Amino acid sequence: MTALKELIQAVEQASEPAQLVAAVEALVAVKDKSAISTLIAVLGYNNPTAAIAAVTGLIELGADSVQPLMEQLDEYNYGARAYSIRALAAIADPRVLELFIQSAATDFAPSVRRSAAKGLGTLQWERLNPEQAYPGQQQAMQTLLSITSDDDWSIRYAAIVGLQALAKIPQLAVQIKSHFELQIQNESDAGVRSRINWAQQVLSQV
Amino acid sequence: MVDSSPEAVTALTEESAIASLQQEDLSLRYYAAWWLGKFRIRTKAAVEALIVALADEDHRTELGDYPLRRNAARALGKLGDKSAIPSLIQSLECSDFYVREAAAQSLEMLGATAAIPTLKLLLNHGVEATKQVTGRPHAGEPCEAVIEALGSLGATETVPLIEPFLNQPVVKVQYAALRALYQLTQNDSYGQRLVQALDGSDVKLRRIALTDLGAIGYLPAAEAIARCSVESSFKLIALKGLLAHLAPETNLSKSAIRVMNLMDSLL
Repeated sequence: MTALKELIQAVEQASEPAQLVAAVEALVAVKDKSAISTLIAVLGYNNPTAAIAAVTGLIELGADSVQPLMEQLDEYNYGARAYSIRALAAIADPRVLELFIQSAATDFAPSVRRSAAKGLGTLQWERLNPEQAYPGQQQAMQTLLSITSDDDWSIRYAAIVGLQALAKIPQLAVQIKSHFELQIQNESDAGVRSRINWAQQVLSQV
Repeated sequence: MVDSSPEAVTALTEESAIASLQQEDLSLRYYAAWWLGKFRIRTKAAVEALIVALADEDHRTELGDYPLRRNAARALGKLGDKSAIPSLIQSLECSDFYVREAAAQSLEMLGATAAIPTLKLLLNHGVEATKQVTGRPHAGEPCEAVIEALGSLGATETVPLIEPFLNQPVVKVQYAALRALYQLTQNDSYGQRLVQALDGSDVKLRRIALTDLGAIGYLPAAEAIARCSVESSFKLIALKGLLAHLAPETNLSKSAIRVMNLMDSLL
């Protein structure tokens, strides 16, 4: 048996939480893309420490993780789904655009929606050709603008974070800034108002 | 945070809910009281109907409890109308534990300093009152709710009354005492003990400690809250609590930005 297979087996056979964490960390350390599928499975094991280690490993493997993460997205376990979206958001590959738009707008779980909303702000648009990038940026912005009126304050907060990042794109900046001016007057939650304030402060320094 | 919503959900309006409170059907009355609180129906008529329900004698269980009074007491806290305060203070003397608990929580929400003398009476038996009553699922007195109310209401003279609750076995009540004593004394050691509780082995207790830290706005806990092993939704709410103590939001301090950076990292 190869060393990698042994490491994968150690993850699959771990019976104690601490044992699982150690096995995942060892598997992550070899930085081998054959580990991706196993690392994705760990996201659904209900062990937060192990899941965070697996997320770190998936992010390090970068572009190779993207397709498997999208294909193995756990429909039934929203905790696992939130970890997947967080990994994808950190990798920032624009292939996830459609998935993030769907997740931010309609996922059942607030944690998934928040991660997707934040992630929509920081995709690496330069990986797309300009004809694709511009409509994609527009879609991302429209999605985030639409959820700034969500009932859940944490979704609105995440939308602000996403929009602030998107406003680095010169073609979008004016619309986002004027939206912030409007939203801060109607926003009922003091925490969200603070976040808009901060976003405005940062954007005025650009 | 827990609403007792009945299984049969009937569509109500403000008028029909108030009318329902005067009807024969006890389960409909019970539902109407919950509904008025849930949907924050703040009209005079709603408040008056709920105050009447606080003295209800019709809806009683075999054990002599008062389910309708419980829901009315909970609803009155949510409506924010101070005219309910005298009746809620009377409810602190109700024989039903859960009516007393709901009344204490609602008086806290209403900022009812007039309730302090009666709240103090509920702690008269000291830590004995945290012991479970034989054959019932609850303690002698709702100590957790009473202590939290005294802390929020700024009843500084109750510090010696609350201190013994740090050293009794019910952990939730210990946390309530830490929370209240921090509010009443601003002594850092109480906040630090709640921070240590974030490393505890029981996730439910970690959630409670986290919520307490958010409620008292204990800023040194910010990083520990962000690291704590609980769901990110709880951490975001607690951090937002810290932020709320740093108002005004138009003049952002370094601390506010530090807290928001942590919140961003949890998205």
